[in-house]
Amino acid sequence: MKAAAFTYARATSVVNALELLAAHGDKAKVLSGGQSLMPAMNLRLVSPDIVVDIGGLTELRGIAVSGDVLAIGALTRHVDLLRSPEVAAHAPLLRDAVAHVAHPAIRNRGTVGGSLAHADPASEIPACMAALDATIVVRGPGGERRIATAEFFRGIYETALSPQDLLVAVELPLSGEGARFFFQEYARRHGDYAIVGLAARALVGGGQFTDLRLGFFAVGDRPLLADAARKLINVSVTPALLAETAAALAEELDPEEDQQASPAMRRHLATVLMRRCVAALLERPELETGGAW
Amino acid sequence: MIAPIPVSLLVNGEPIEALVAPRLNLADFLRETLKLTGTHVGCEHGVCGACTVRVDGEIVRSCLLLAVQAQGSSVETIEGLSDSGEIADLQAAFRARNALQCGYCTPGMLITAQDLLRQSPTPDRAAIREHLSGNYCRCTGYQAIVDAVEATAKTRAEQAA
Repeated sequence: MKAAAFTYARATSVVNALELLAAHGDKAKVLSGGQSLMPAMNLRLVSPDIVVDIGGLTELRGIAVSGDVLAIGALTRHVDLLRSPEVAAHAPLLRDAVAHVAHPAIRNRGTVGGSLAHADPASEIPACMAALDATIVVRGPGGERRIATAEFFRGIYETALSPQDLLVAVELPLSGEGARFFFQEYARRHGDYAIVGLAARALVGGGQFTDLRLGFFAVGDRPLLADAARKLINVSVTPALLAETAAALAEELDPEEDQQASPAMRRHLATVLMRRCVAALLERPELETGGAW
Repeated sequence: MIAPIPVSLLVNGEPIEALVAPRLNLADFLRETLKLTGTHVGCEHGVCGACTVRVDGEIVRSCLLLAVQAQGSSVETIEGLSDSGEIADLQAAFRARNALQCGYCTPGMLITAQDLLRQSPTPDRAAIREHLSGNYCRCTGYQAIVDAVEATAKTRAEQAA
């Protein structure tokens, strides 16, 4: 199908984009890479009266380290994350995740800001941002705000953004020495939306986790930072403890049923990913099979 | 009635000026306005890869790009890549191995395969499959396509040596 008719405005600056959004409110949609918005418009799931194209705002593009923060502009494309030495050095989780995001032709256009603002619960980047404890930078009529990932995602395609807001950047704390990362997902075909996925960041010392952040996706209405991970911090991980954690994780998740998987299947796959993740990060392959399981 | 918007771009090296409706996507602009019908329209939501073209040297889905977004860009279609001879060897390899039946996916396959070979001159079969993973073919089962891309890579590597 083709998109319904709309008026097109090419924003000339961030200020101009904010003016357009202030004038048109929820009748407007922001177009960045268009790799989620255009399919939705072509399928007539979304029919904005006006499309505000921010694609030409080069000030929103780029990756830079400043102080103890890795700042990624909203218009930074998926392919830019794959190629960035800063991302490879400070947030390799993002590079690993992006290899699973759709296909090369999509990654050449899709943007980080677009993925976050779209807030598809099955999408990889939001879960990475949860695992990496990112802060999302938003500009609106009242000025600039910084929103923690946990506050930003509110539900399926729902975020803390108001119709007058523009997501301008995301900031990640530098991972520091000794940080370890894990990314895996189940999908029917490489590049498809995940059935279940896990993006994790850990600190390991003396064979134990001193920090562990497990960001699951496609297991609920938003990326989920699993509370169950706390059971594994500052303790010696045994098969029994891992089994207990898996049970707590399955309890914590509230997955949707869809054509791809039942809630029970999603819970099971999430625990499988959690075991693999713990085994890989602690370099203890015997934990993956789970001993008693 | 929504006013059309002026757009100027290069298509296969030729300067184009046009007035387009905002809702017109690049695939339909190429096919309907410029009569470049080698770019095929399949799913119209970014899944099938039949509409793949190059914009400023990088492959994109032309069904997910508005014609107005191509303002100031250089667009290359299968017609451009064919006429320049850039992919003549790849096309010959597809033909030799029956790497197409109905041909609907072929322009997108060729452009995507050429994109891989420009970035990675000697990809293994897994890398070929990965790069082509966003392009559906409902006829061949992909084996012959992967064969053709692999053979072209080898021939080009030998010629470069």
